[in-house]
Amino acid sequence: MTSISPSAEELSAQLRKRPLKRPLESVIIGALTLCALTSFVVTALIVFTLFGETVAFFREVPITDFVFGTEWQALIPPNFSYGIWELVFGTLNIVLWSMAFALPLGLGAAIYLSEYAHPRTRKILKPILEALAGVPTVVYAFFALTFITQDVLRPLLGEDRVPFFNALGASLVMAVMILPTIASVSEDAMANVPRDLREAAYGLGATRLEVALKVVVPAALSGIIASVLLAIARVIGETMIVAVAAGSTPNLTLNPLATVQTMTGYMLQVGMGDAARGTIQYSSLFAVGTTLFLFTFLLNVGAQAVIRKFKESYE
Amino acid sequence: MTVNEAPVNLRATGQLARRQFASKLSRYVFLGATLIGVVVLLFLAYDTGRQGLGPLDWDFLTNYPSRFADRAGLRAGILGTLWVMGATVLIAIPVAIGTAIYITEFAPRNRLLTLIELNLANLAGVPSIIYGILGLAVFVRLLSLGPSIIAGALTLAIMILPMTVIASVEAIRQVPPSIRDGSLALGATRWQTVWHHVLPAAMPGIMTGTILAISRAAGETAALIMIGAAGFIAFDPQSFLDDFTIVPIQIYNWTTIPNEAFRALAASGIIVMMVFILALNLAAALIRERFRRY
Repeated sequence: MTSISPSAEELSAQLRKRPLKRPLESVIIGALTLCALTSFVVTALIVFTLFGETVAFFREVPITDFVFGTEWQALIPPNFSYGIWELVFGTLNIVLWSMAFALPLGLGAAIYLSEYAHPRTRKILKPILEALAGVPTVVYAFFALTFITQDVLRPLLGEDRVPFFNALGASLVMAVMILPTIASVSEDAMANVPRDLREAAYGLGATRLEVALKVVVPAALSGIIASVLLAIARVIGETMIVAVAAGSTPNLTLNPLATVQTMTGYMLQVGMGDAARGTIQYSSLFAVGTTLFLFTFLLNVGAQAVIRKFKESYE
Repeated sequence: MTVNEAPVNLRATGQLARRQFASKLSRYVFLGATLIGVVVLLFLAYDTGRQGLGPLDWDFLTNYPSRFADRAGLRAGILGTLWVMGATVLIAIPVAIGTAIYITEFAPRNRLLTLIELNLANLAGVPSIIYGILGLAVFVRLLSLGPSIIAGALTLAIMILPMTVIASVEAIRQVPPSIRDGSLALGATRWQTVWHHVLPAAMPGIMTGTILAISRAAGETAALIMIGAAGFIAFDPQSFLDDFTIVPIQIYNWTTIPNEAFRALAASGIIVMMVFILALNLAAALIRERFRRY
């Protein structure tokens, strides 16, 4: 930070280039390099185990049944069927309804923190909001089942309409869990919008609300999109809330009051029973896992690409 | 989207009173959206306390799990959590700090470095249950470690590795270059510079990031259920090869039993776990405030 003049920078670079070493240091640097390569080993392990077992799965089950089938019946004999869409729709159901609540609330919170709140208020409120992301998901799961479904949804909407395990209870709690992801990342993006833009709009007579919605939000749009993609990736990968509160019946529906099973929910169900190696249940774990991995991977890569683009536009 | 293209549509409509009113009102709408999260957090704490404080006593902390709610306790979970966390820290932290030092201090600025950082960013986004089935396939089955403490710790270690590395890299990059220049100019080798000057200066930041990663691992449930840690454990672990269970899994088991007495036990378990996790977060916050330097 201090080396501004070119000569200081050159000097600094020169200092780093000297071949000054003590005998053991190449060993240390070698060990550090190995540490850095561990992350590739982890990636390789993920890819090989996922795809290896998935290939084993497709030797038993035709890939067309998996991709085009609409019924998932993997654990109760005798009529097994392995159409992934029922589990994908379970996941989509939760994504749809949790985002329906989290998106307006998260954006509202981001706008408040960035455009309305006094710096001191923001300094208190932002860490509290972010604490929501630090709560273990098993706590949210408990809350979804014992409070949201039992004490709120069923008395409010009628016990005959709301089953004990339903997508809405899980989605509502999921929305709370991802609220800080959306609010925090969007707020960062809004805070990065240059002040001149706001001043210009105020100068033209815009109100605070108009500046927030018509100037700041459009200018920070790529950051907001990235926050939404990250949030969706988290919802898709989240396991405990849906396993406890959404049920374990695969269901091809987006109805929030239905009992559904997500991809993660199915994986946990198999994990709770002890699937022996070599059985089709065991390899189905990896076929579903691969599907889940591809979804979250694409969303994360998308979010990173959007963030990179957005960083460039202001620097 | 670049700044200049941002669609600005401001027309002088003359409806000043209405626009001002909408703007004033919007403050409370947005404040409400912000406060809902806070209210939920407070209510969560209240509701858990109301249900869970009853069964929370010394017997609850020291009893093994049981089929009878009044005799069931958290002993196996607490001991299991401590053993697994200890082993996770021992495995993950050296590798994470080593990776961070390599990335910031020694890696040539080339494609490989970009690739390492990109890979870490992607690993950080992998859902925990995927790490769980990885642990099941590799550590439990392939290496025949069984659903043991060491298998659980290895699984959690690779799960928290990316976020620990990313936090450590951030902390090391905060150390001003002038400190390195000074040390190098006085004749220290690059490793001596890192060991005696850069690492000590970056330590508070590294510790903060590490503690936050540990607190995430302490609440992790799904990954350890996948490796088979959900069994009924009624003994104290003696070695890293013993079977185990953890507090979050006991909470999960009690939550899924449709019986009010067990629900209350789940709430008590949540109180114990949250005290532990809050203590970790508090420690991280204190270290960050105490050593804020650059």
